[in-house]
Amino acid sequence: MRDPTHAHPLLMALRDPESLANARERHWDLLLRLARNSYLLAHLASRMEQTSLISRLPAKVATHLRAAQVEADERRRMALWEINRLERALKETGVPVILLKGAAYLLAQLPLSVGRFLSDIDLLAPQDKLDAVETQLKQCGWESEKLDSYDQHYYRTWMHELPPLRYPGRPMEVDVHHTILPRTSRLHPDPLLLWRAARPLDNCIFKVLHPLDMALHSAVHLCYDSDFDNRLRDLVDLDFLFRSFSDSLWDELLERSRRLDLQRPLCYAMRYSHGLLDTPIPDKVLREAQHATPSPIVLLVMDKLVVSALLPPNPDHPRLARKIACGLLYLRSHWLRMPPLLLARHLFHKAFISPKHHDSLEQPTTLNN
Amino acid sequence: MKLSALPPADLAARLKKAGLSLQTGPFTIHLQTPIAELAPLLNLLYAEYYLLDGIPLADIHVRLEKPFGPRRWWRPQVLFSTEGKVPFAPFPADHALPLLEWGLNWCVATRAHQYLMLHSGVMEKDGQGILFPAWPGSGKSTLCAALAHRGWRLLSDEFGLVRPGDGLIEPFPRLIPLKNESITVIRKFAPGAVLGPIFPKTRKGEVAHMRPPAASIDHAHEPVCPAHIVFPRYQPGVVPELQPMPKARAFLKLSGNAFNYEAHGSAGFRTIAKLVDSCDCYSFSYGDLDAAVALMNRLVQ
Repeated sequence: MRDPTHAHPLLMALRDPESLANARERHWDLLLRLARNSYLLAHLASRMEQTSLISRLPAKVATHLRAAQVEADERRRMALWEINRLERALKETGVPVILLKGAAYLLAQLPLSVGRFLSDIDLLAPQDKLDAVETQLKQCGWESEKLDSYDQHYYRTWMHELPPLRYPGRPMEVDVHHTILPRTSRLHPDPLLLWRAARPLDNCIFKVLHPLDMALHSAVHLCYDSDFDNRLRDLVDLDFLFRSFSDSLWDELLERSRRLDLQRPLCYAMRYSHGLLDTPIPDKVLREAQHATPSPIVLLVMDKLVVSALLPPNPDHPRLARKIACGLLYLRSHWLRMPPLLLARHLFHKAFISPKHHDSLEQPTTLNN
Repeated sequence: MKLSALPPADLAARLKKAGLSLQTGPFTIHLQTPIAELAPLLNLLYAEYYLLDGIPLADIHVRLEKPFGPRRWWRPQVLFSTEGKVPFAPFPADHALPLLEWGLNWCVATRAHQYLMLHSGVMEKDGQGILFPAWPGSGKSTLCAALAHRGWRLLSDEFGLVRPGDGLIEPFPRLIPLKNESITVIRKFAPGAVLGPIFPKTRKGEVAHMRPPAASIDHAHEPVCPAHIVFPRYQPGVVPELQPMPKARAFLKLSGNAFNYEAHGSAGFRTIAKLVDSCDCYSFSYGDLDAAVALMNRLVQ
């Protein structure tokens, strides 16, 4: 799957941070922005610290890396506090909860959590206990994002999560799921299997997914989520997870993906992780995964779209092609999550009926005299 | 080379095409804009700033341009973008300079976490630095503008950039935005001050930007050791008075009003504690700029 994007500056940096030892200022001028836009600057910083490359870099560059680390550390502290408060609130309910993604990597102290920029806290709770969890969290002070009745219905009935919760005054959003893909989607990973394999944590009442399931969950996000800002970060997560697998885990991975109906996401995940980040994947696994590979045409289209959408655009020369790719993948992710009639109705509603949800654009008065 | 050395036509052309890189304190700013009205304003107000050649590593990349769509022509607007993101709603097109200034502030406040950033003016005389923390009614910008024209070096009227390692304050001299009555006050106080046009429609009322003295920019690579923390309060008619402030109170006010105190966690606590410990802290009431300057001069003697 080698193509010109393989030489993208950020991908090259992620594959081999040492290659930056003699990089020119002009290269850094672009790379720092690309990394920052992908929420990977602190990650790069920690990789370079491990090889003490950071002490050989120009002072200006090291400054940017340090600033990104301060920010990532702050998010980490906020996440730990939020998880602590969630533990306190949910302890007495006795409801089992699994931490997902960034929160899980953090509490399980995985190497990939160092410098990782956490966006929110994702939890998995049993479907029949979801109401109890929501009631308890609201009683303890969390508030649901204000949504109109259509959006409430969208989240609860068709998707796989509660509308996002946030404790007033704290920045971390809490998303409570009951499965890892919406119940309306075409793939049906059975949450019971996830629960049976879940692992306890030493330092927390919550659990985390089995390492294989962590990778499969990340694979689902990679190609099935509709928001593409964080996807390269997710690919980096996958790369780290795959690299941590022992031979026996690799042996079990394909069978696990079959049991969870996640062969296709795994196929894509391995393809893009190997193709873009040079993740070593055993030949045997790659061969067996061929069975789940989509047709060559689909693969060609997906390769173009996914790679275009995954990579951060050059801030000086944003390409329309990327916006189109993101738009198409947005439609695809919804297509996969909903039957056609529901999808049509949903897109119609979003386009014409509900008010547009822009990211809040502030007038810059919070700063300044 | 200073920006003033660039012929205005070249300035406009460069801004439109490849953009301009200039140094403001510790930050290299890359600015690109096709908006013709900005060039003469930058020529006047950014005259003393140093331009950088080639394609240096810029710390902040900003672009101002008119939006696509009807607001490009009908009641035209201007958009501020940085690194491909648009953090603010657009301004009216004739308010491009205020948008640029506020946008740059935002970029620094949200990214420069290598510093503990206090919301504070910083002035220096005879090697002694004074922090003037911001609080409602402080008039700190007006006070800093006045001091800057009476022999004091302006480090900043807005950002106290504290270096966590050694506690020194990094200079970051910028245009000083004067609001409403302050514009007239400073014109009278310092007839030689270079002021830009008045922008009438900002959220804070009328705003005009004062060019910082050349000396402040020329010495912007020299950090200062803070000696005093002075909480100003402007009250018309009052006799200027310095009242010692308990350090615990100063700590709370300073940390509560910083841009990124929380980002530094416990290290931030220690940095501000060290700062407050090593400085004399005062609350300062003043009603008259001449008397205020005189009192500040006495403070650093």
